Amino acid sequence: MLLAIVLVLLVVGSLVFHFMSPWWFTPLASNWGSIDSTINITFWVTGAVFIAVNIFLAYCVYRYRHQHHRRSHYEPENKKLETWLMAITTVGVAAMLAPGLIVWAKFVEVPAEAHVIEAVGQQWQWSFRLPGKDGKLGTVDTRHISASNPFGINPNDSAGLDDVLVFDSELHLPIDKPVKIELRSKDVLHNFAVSEFRVKMDLVPGLVSYLWLTPTKLGRYDILCMELCGLAHYAMRGNVVVESEADYQRWVNSQATFASSQQRVVGDAQLGKALYATCGGCHGQQGEGNRAMNAPALSGQSASYMARQLVNFKQGIRGQHPKDSYGQQMAAMANLLADQSAIDHVVAYIQSLPKPQLTATISNGDRQSGHGYFVNCGACHGSQGEGNSALNAPALVGLDDWYIKRQLLNFKQGIRGTHNKDTHGRQMMLMARLLNDEQAIDDLLTYINSL
Amino acid sequence: MAHIAIADQVSDLHDPDTFITKYIWSQDHKVIAIQYGCTAIFVGLVALVLSGMMRLQLGFPDAFDFINPSAYLQFVTMHGMIMVIYLLTALLLGGFGNYLIPLMIGARDMVFPYLNMLSYWTYLLAVLVLLASFFVPGGSTGAGWTLYPPQAILQGTPGYDWGIILMLVSLAIFIVAFTMGGLNYVTTVLQARTHGMTLMRMPLTIWGIFTATVLGLLAFPALLVSAIMMLLDKTIGTSFFMPAILSMGEQLDYSGGSPILFQHLFWFFGHPEVYIVALPAFGMVSDVLAVHARKNIFGYRMMVWAIVAIGGLSFIVWAHHMYVSGMNPAFGFFFATTTLIIAVPTAIKVYNWVLTLWRGNIHLTVPMLFAIGFIFTFTHGGLTGLFLGNVVVDLPLSDTYFVVAHFHMVMGVSPVMVLFAAIYHWYPLMTGRMFNKTLGQWHFWLTFLGTYAIYLPMHYLGFLGVPRRYYAMSGTDFIPDSAQALNASITVSAIIVGVVQILFIINVIWSLRYGRKAHKNPWCATSLEWQTPDLPPKHGNWGAQLPRVYRWAYDFSVPNAKHDFIPQNFSQDEVEWLDESGRHKGIGE
Repeated sequence: MLLAIVLVLLVVGSLVFHFMSPWWFTPLASNWGSIDSTINITFWVTGAVFIAVNIFLAYCVYRYRHQHHRRSHYEPENKKLETWLMAITTVGVAAMLAPGLIVWAKFVEVPAEAHVIEAVGQQWQWSFRLPGKDGKLGTVDTRHISASNPFGINPNDSAGLDDVLVFDSELHLPIDKPVKIELRSKDVLHNFAVSEFRVKMDLVPGLVSYLWLTPTKLGRYDILCMELCGLAHYAMRGNVVVESEADYQRWVNSQATFASSQQRVVGDAQLGKALYATCGGCHGQQGEGNRAMNAPALSGQSASYMARQLVNFKQGIRGQHPKDSYGQQMAAMANLLADQSAIDHVVAYIQSLPKPQLTATISNGDRQSGHGYFVNCGACHGSQGEGNSALNAPALVGLDDWYIKRQLLNFKQGIRGTHNKDTHGRQMMLMARLLNDEQAIDDLLTYINSL
Repeated sequence: MAHIAIADQVSDLHDPDTFITKYIWSQDHKVIAIQYGCTAIFVGLVALVLSGMMRLQLGFPDAFDFINPSAYLQFVTMHGMIMVIYLLTALLLGGFGNYLIPLMIGARDMVFPYLNMLSYWTYLLAVLVLLASFFVPGGSTGAGWTLYPPQAILQGTPGYDWGIILMLVSLAIFIVAFTMGGLNYVTTVLQARTHGMTLMRMPLTIWGIFTATVLGLLAFPALLVSAIMMLLDKTIGTSFFMPAILSMGEQLDYSGGSPILFQHLFWFFGHPEVYIVALPAFGMVSDVLAVHARKNIFGYRMMVWAIVAIGGLSFIVWAHHMYVSGMNPAFGFFFATTTLIIAVPTAIKVYNWVLTLWRGNIHLTVPMLFAIGFIFTFTHGGLTGLFLGNVVVDLPLSDTYFVVAHFHMVMGVSPVMVLFAAIYHWYPLMTGRMFNKTLGQWHFWLTFLGTYAIYLPMHYLGFLGVPRRYYAMSGTDFIPDSAQALNASITVSAIIVGVVQILFIINVIWSLRYGRKAHKNPWCATSLEWQTPDLPPKHGNWGAQLPRVYRWAYDFSVPNAKHDFIPQNFSQDEVEWLDESGRHKGIGE
């Protein structure tokens, strides 16, 4: 009796949960409403079977419960009943499969008018490539990938010169235009997924996969990697912004092309020296840093990281949070650098300075425990904390420990890394969460100081 | 029929005379079965603890220091691999297959007892190598139980060095163990059935185990070769699965290999593996339902053909795990079709289980509670499979918590419900004691309701689009805070279900000593394993004379028979009839 009641309650409860659940598909933002319809058909068919089977099960459990003088009916088989059940099941299955295959045929066949963009995955970030004026993506090869050519574009293929390169993880798409997204990975498997679009596909090194869709709703959506790609898999995030054609064109025009990225002039340390005078006030004439001024050492850091942060400060991507007073200070200072070339010059000058002699200020942590945390940091920042430009990960050695600590706290508290465009900062926000408290940070820094 | 003389000669059995030969280096299928069972349950408990730690992180992120992203992925990976291979496969086939095959078909032992012993010790070695990987530098692999290359063997994945090597070696050893056991089960079923035990008189348990073993023998080699190929890629730099790629910004020496080739090999094993677990469970639950409903299994022949059909079809559906893998999408048409076709024989089985209860005389014993619970959980898990099998519906749901919820319902909860049903059902046979009924009932209710509280809501996280294998969910626009609350509630349920298993362990151990002594054939079952001269059966199982089989395994409640069951080894003359003129001819008479 109890079991029969519970079975009925479970069926009713499941239905109630289903209809009351606030956790449901995100509002559709693409043309793939037909996928949602197929899901609805599947719900109707499977829901009916779920209710019918389990209510009948509950009925049997109650109606044919053990009683002293009851004896089971002896009926080894019932061909007619079995045939009917098989036939009805087959019809139900066909009712789900047929629309499914029709929709799949649409997914496989990309419309001829679709424009092509390429999403490139690497551990653990996204970048994108768009064809230039010629409408064609240049050929690529993994062997061409280098620090100056992160997309691996074949330099001898003229079709690649005008390719538009998007180095951050935000992709823009024009509304109501079908787009074929070609997917390519530089290292391991990844998956390009946007919940609101419904479609997703793996990125596989060694081949180009694809999906297509037509964005139908303006907005900004999360891109998540949905194929386990290593320990920071959960932090491999991106965004897609669906906007009007005009806004989209403006965005495209603001991006670098392959040709322009190759022509970027190297900064001139001599020109940078003059610019650095302002910096030296706090950071020291040799870039050695000044604890009392809360100014970290600069000369141990990679050029690419330094340049990126200066751009971030300048563009209001970093140093805008009211609690980030030193960041706000830097934002003001970075504005003194007129343009990209000024930034390149000053960074070049800093690179020419001698490596700083840092004194450790944190040594009270547990090195062993710190090593445990560092495993997760070292994947990007290098097993010796030396940094990895290919992953956009700054060096940790050569950086003041008190500065790292403050930044980790800022990441944890949402003071740094919250800006939409601060891709790497957002990633660090997710990673910093694994350091539960200050003790954990001290442990980690004690370990890093020992490297 | 297929009976061979050798099985009948008691003198050919190696009679064990010392403690060591009786319980350690034993060649008795029953002892080996218990060895397999205990090892599998032990390692399963390890995996249960790992799942608890994962759930703690997901339910209460930031609360636990030692669960960092590396550790989390290692827990995920080891939990999955242990549960699927080292618990379920080993317990269902090595444990129950070993125990039940000779007893249910009327044999004295497996055809190759020495090989059988080797199989267990090789399995134990595989388990030890696997557990050792927790302690090597870098820890165990965190590549996910699917072990997809390239990442499985590259920096950036936890345990990319020793962890993955030990995992692959352990799998290879496991497959050797399985092959020794599997050849034995198949040969025993085909060659050592007693007089009168035709194939179509075998209990469905044997059909399930037999078919699953055949699947295993055909599917595991695919995993073996992929494990060896990946080992070569890792250790000597071949490029089976490795295209030209970068790792951490540096060019590697690999070129020309295909990561998708690994996925095909893995799932060519991996999908049949689902049925290697499911078919023995299907078989055993059929027998538990029939015995405790005092009614023949409904549509026996259809049930047999359904098992065989599912087994055959399971080899042509593998790429439904790969709809979004980047393989040629045109494959989707074929694999969606075959996958949905497999729903038909599977549905037939569900109908026939319920129809077995229909017009029965249902005793709600503890094994029966678990068996009925299984019908519910399996129906649920089977139906959600229709979402994922249908290629377009898989697009939004693939790699989300819907997948996790689905396969746990169908491959975790359901086979485990059957395992509990089976352990409670055959406990008197194995130990000669009855288990504690009250503890068993509590165990059922908390496990059954608890697992549903875990997995029903989890499907909805999947609809929302929450990805699986994420250490932390925060930082998205579309996942509301309420999802975190839901995750916390799932974790609480999971912890409760985990802790409740202590009731089961206590019951099994306590009853061993203090349980009521079981009557012979306590459930009044018809199949041969309950008809041995001793309880529990002694070495050689049958005393001086092998049983002779006269009927199918489901002569329950035969009209006009005095008792509501007629054992398989009762001839028409041995049956007591209420009215001689009303003798009923059973199936297979």
